Amino acid sequence: MTYKKQLTLNQLRAGQTGTVVQIIGGRGLITRLTAMGIRPGKKITKVSALLFKGPVTLRLDGTQIAVGFGMANRIMVEVDSQTPS
Amino acid sequence: MKILLMGNPNVGKSAIFSRLTGTQVIASNYPGTTVGFTRGYLRFKGERVEVIDVPGTYTLDATSKAEEVAVEMLKEGDLVINVVDATNLERNLNLTLQLLERNVPVVIALNMWDDARHRGIKIDVAKLQELLGVPVVPTVGVTGEGIKDLVVHLDEAKIPQILHAGSDERWLKVGAIVGQVQSLSHRHHTWREILEDASSHPVGGFFIAILVMFVAFWVVRLIGEGLINYVANPIFDFLWTPLLMKLSPLLGSQGIWHDILIGKLFDGQIDYLQSFGLLSTGLYIPIAAVLPYIIAFYFVLGLLEDIGYLPRLAVLLDTILHRLGLHGYAIVPTILGLGCNVPAIMATRILESRKQRFIAATLISIAVPCASLQAMIIGLVGQQGIQYVAMVYGSLLLAWIVVGLILNRLVKGFNPELLLEIPPYRFPPWGVIGKKLWMRVSGFIKEALPIVLGAVFVVNILYIFGVFDFIANVTAPVVKGLWGLPKESIVAIIVGFLRKDVAVGMLAPLALTAKQLVVSSTVLAMFFPCVATFVILIRELGVKDMFKATGIMILAALVMGGFLNLVLPS
Repeated sequence: MTYKKQLTLNQLRAGQTGTVVQIIGGRGLITRLTAMGIRPGKKITKVSALLFKGPVTLRLDGTQIAVGFGMANRIMVEVDSQTPS
Repeated sequence: MKILLMGNPNVGKSAIFSRLTGTQVIASNYPGTTVGFTRGYLRFKGERVEVIDVPGTYTLDATSKAEEVAVEMLKEGDLVINVVDATNLERNLNLTLQLLERNVPVVIALNMWDDARHRGIKIDVAKLQELLGVPVVPTVGVTGEGIKDLVVHLDEAKIPQILHAGSDERWLKVGAIVGQVQSLSHRHHTWREILEDASSHPVGGFFIAILVMFVAFWVVRLIGEGLINYVANPIFDFLWTPLLMKLSPLLGSQGIWHDILIGKLFDGQIDYLQSFGLLSTGLYIPIAAVLPYIIAFYFVLGLLEDIGYLPRLAVLLDTILHRLGLHGYAIVPTILGLGCNVPAIMATRILESRKQRFIAATLISIAVPCASLQAMIIGLVGQQGIQYVAMVYGSLLLAWIVVGLILNRLVKGFNPELLLEIPPYRFPPWGVIGKKLWMRVSGFIKEALPIVLGAVFVVNILYIFGVFDFIANVTAPVVKGLWGLPKESIVAIIVGFLRKDVAVGMLAPLALTAKQLVVSSTVLAMFFPCVATFVILIRELGVKDMFKATGIMILAALVMGGFLNLVLPS
């Protein structure tokens, strides 16, 4: 079995792909993120993060979504084993 | 019968709405273009059917005010056209299933069909139709492809008997459907994607942003000045002036009616900025001085909107805007405000909290000069040198930042984080851009021209009755003492309540120094919203908050005017 690390979206490096495992937050946040397609089981790729705790841009299917730094801290991701970390 | 156009944000509902009804509405490439709802009518089997363009929503479990509106409207609809973005099937179908669980007939417009093809996304329409149990019609909103087909299929709208599902269950179902109907073919990274990634790069993104803004301002000025120098001025000088000069003696060359219609003559000649008659200055300001910049600004804005650059700018500026009690997406209403504050304040509805909306609307009314005002400032202050125009803009930027920092501390409430879908770059056909430009330009002519003429008329009447002398004497301590301006300039600031462009025009005859022009233009921009903005502030914020916003404006203008008077060398 390969060892898989759980990271927050902020800890993921730009260009890395991972699978969302959970969203730590209240119902409101989970509903909002889920409705935009960010939900457990979904593969996402981090495109970039802005400096000074700026928003994180991620790619998910065909679209890009920007999430604030605080929200990105609540999105837990498991890094895909094939991408070196 | 009532038809609702519903779907995720930025899937092309407004483009399809325009195609269906012939009613032109603004459509852009960013989520949240439509904040209110627009009605239009469609002829369907000899019947006049109402069509409503509903603001976009990701889910029917409303999470924001805009989504609540959408869910409320669903109760009134007799039929829903669910607009689905073919390039993002999974997320869009989640809303579709929620709609199918409701008791309303649905037809699906599978929009952006051309874009899906280009990206190597193949969708089996027949299969999708079978699985969902409602008609599915591929469409391209911007070109009109498939719209006739969509109308034909309205008849076949159905209510499939789908049971209400929980969120997880629904996503599983969506996954199963997408797995059966969609196939992706592998493609290489396109240059469009490279450009997209570069625009959100933490360093490169800022360089691109600076470049884009620089080019945007340069093009606006190039087109604006070009139209003024080579089209508007020649028309007035060679065609209109000779006509007015023939009319002038017929009116007796002077007297009340002559002054109201043609205005004062200087050395027997008309001076379009100073004569102040209805037919001279009243027409020259809106048509020759302002309209060219309106055309230039909305042309460039339309390009930025439709290409999809604005959401990227929002991401880049998010950290800075958080300090002002806003988040990145507030840049969209702010940029709209550089055209006109009225649609800009309406667009603050894309912000989630009341605190954000209040701060955004107040900052726009204080520190974001509309295109009409900017055109006049560039025209009048620019005569003294471009550095003075830069001082006005710099002062407004300073006011924007300082007032924002203060309001962020004083206004109660919360400032949620950015959560924003960033659309792909798109390059719409020129015809689409031209149509949108025409809509906005004709809107300006219809709405602004009567008010400008009204303002010029009122100014003439008040002069005749000597009302201004009285006001000027009362306010002289502030105007002269604090701002260092001649007491007559209060008249321009008061007229600013009607139209800011006319107000700047009234500064022309006062023979102000460069410093005084900078002070008066800045004060004029900040002091008080024009009447149209005033009305929209009441509507969007309520009377109480409008008074608060206005109080902040007056205070900020008093302070800024005094500050500039102190620090600028005369």
